[in-house]
Amino acid sequence: MIGLLSATVSFGALLYLAALGELITEKSGILNLGVEGMMAIGAVTGFMVALETNNPWIAFLAAIVATAVFALLHGLFTVVLGAEQVVSGLSLTILGVGLAAFLGKGAVGRPPGAVLAPVDWGPLSDIPWVGTIFFSQSPVVYFAVLAGIAVSLLLTHTSVGLALRGAGESASTVDAAGYSVTAIRLAAVAFGGAMAGASGAYLTLSLTPQWAEGLTAGRGWIAVALVIFGAWRPGRAAVGAILFGGLLALKTRLQTFGVDLSPILLSMLPYLLTIAVLIVISIRARNRPSAAPAALGQAYRREER
Amino acid sequence: MRRRLFSLLAVVLAFGAIASACGSDDSSNEVKAAFIYVGPPGDAGWTWAHDQGRVAAAEATGVETAFVESVPEGTADFANHARDFIDQGFNVIVGTSFGYMDDMLALAEEYPDVVFEHVSGYKNNDTNFGNSFGRMYEPRYLSGMVAGAMTESNLLGYVAAFPIPEVIRGINAFTLGAQATNPDVLVEVVWTSTWFDPAVEGDSAQALLDKGADVIAMHQDSTAAGEKAEAAGARWVSYNSDMSAFAPTAFLTAPVWNWGPRYIDTITQAQEGTYTGGSYWGSMADGIVDLAPIASDVPGDVVAEVADAKQAIIDGELHVFAGPITAQDGSVMVAAGETMDDGSMLGMGAFVEGVIGSTG
Repeated sequence: MIGLLSATVSFGALLYLAALGELITEKSGILNLGVEGMMAIGAVTGFMVALETNNPWIAFLAAIVATAVFALLHGLFTVVLGAEQVVSGLSLTILGVGLAAFLGKGAVGRPPGAVLAPVDWGPLSDIPWVGTIFFSQSPVVYFAVLAGIAVSLLLTHTSVGLALRGAGESASTVDAAGYSVTAIRLAAVAFGGAMAGASGAYLTLSLTPQWAEGLTAGRGWIAVALVIFGAWRPGRAAVGAILFGGLLALKTRLQTFGVDLSPILLSMLPYLLTIAVLIVISIRARNRPSAAPAALGQAYRREER
Repeated sequence: MRRRLFSLLAVVLAFGAIASACGSDDSSNEVKAAFIYVGPPGDAGWTWAHDQGRVAAAEATGVETAFVESVPEGTADFANHARDFIDQGFNVIVGTSFGYMDDMLALAEEYPDVVFEHVSGYKNNDTNFGNSFGRMYEPRYLSGMVAGAMTESNLLGYVAAFPIPEVIRGINAFTLGAQATNPDVLVEVVWTSTWFDPAVEGDSAQALLDKGADVIAMHQDSTAAGEKAEAAGARWVSYNSDMSAFAPTAFLTAPVWNWGPRYIDTITQAQEGTYTGGSYWGSMADGIVDLAPIASDVPGDVVAEVADAKQAIIDGELHVFAGPITAQDGSVMVAAGETMDDGSMLGMGAFVEGVIGSTG
């Protein structure tokens, strides 16, 4: 049981990081379906840089930067050129997964150069249950918690957050207020990439310290679903991340509790839950505004204002 | 109009020239062997083992070999790659994944002069299409003996892939081996429904470690289970190849593949024109499967006992599935004095006594 909860937190943080990035991207009005590809780029970059430098922190940072740059490809197409966001995002997934497999060929099956070892919180880590579940995690988990709080504050308590939300609700209004919609959206896309990269690097530097093609195994898609599940709110997304993380952890652990339920069924549950939430959202949206940013998926062209 | 006709003619001629240059005008009987892999060779695991076999066969026979990696199952990719190789004059095609089977069967009919060797399937013909696999249950049994001797909690964990006969056979053989050195041992199984998903496989190993298992065995191609065992101070039995580099302290041993002998035979038979397809289920005596070196801290008497059992299996004196064997539900699986036949082994669907878990 304690192992299940500990794994829930680990998997939850993995999903939450990527979902936070996607949340910010979508809040700015840009849908990026390339999370799976970006995670793969982050995962392979983190692992390869760790092999070269033997320093997990340099590797983690490199993954964040590289994936942010990679995400800007989506920014170039959708924000600057106004291309169809779904198509560009899907292309980013395909490109990212393929590119990661190509770049990582030499790293397949190699022991990790460095890992982000669990943080030792001293006496806190020794507390029964709580110590194991919360205070024996990889530093990335605490990074995810801090990032969640920061994003939450940014969105609701800062003018930057207001401008960001504005870009996703009514881009022309933000433009009229003197902000550059292009700059806001590009920054949001880059942030989305950075967080997906952090999530990917968490996989290869901490959770399963190795690289192989297909390592992300669809978890980027769960992160996209998580944004919808969390109704575009960092707090609710955190609840969803714990829930979905729990499902990932439960997938095989259920068997050790003597419950005979197919792991394949459990793998489907995050998506089924997301569909259920979508239904609830759309039913509620009949008499009040949708939780989704109003301008989500729409390119902004100044001359069409 | 005339100019257009000329340019059209030029294009046709150019394509014709290219096509004939690409065609197989290789009239000699020289054998060239192409290998089509489902994954990248990397440094360890299933595809790595096959690539080692390819290298061994190339060295032993002197034939030219080539390979293409990461060819997915169930797409047109396999057939396209095979045709490309055949166009380039390759006349032995080896496919190393189950899902290539039907493509290979169709290609074998289309190209009767090309030898098709398929790994892990069940279809074949008696001319140019054969399927091969190894009796991995033999070294699995030996790895179980090591695990049974080394456990202190008497609980072994098994991170299992899919509930198919091959995997169930491996779990049963491992369990019977463990019981041979430790009558009180139990083997708990967790199904991951994956062949390769390190996050799930590592977490499944962690779940078993959390339950008190102190040796983890597995059937997937990742090293994640070993890394969890290493971190927990437990022991690990890897699979496919010697993965000791990934968890040097935890690593006990591994049932491993050794494809060299089989590929040397296939290529030699192709050279001599004696290849006849059919089914090949090679044993430890043939050398296609083996046990990796046992960790140095395993007591000498255990190592000697395993070595004796290995020799007995090779000599045919010890059969892993010789009765009496009781099934998990208490019924008789193999009666005393009897030995399970190949058909029953290939269709194995139930656990032996001592396994915790269900066969799904």
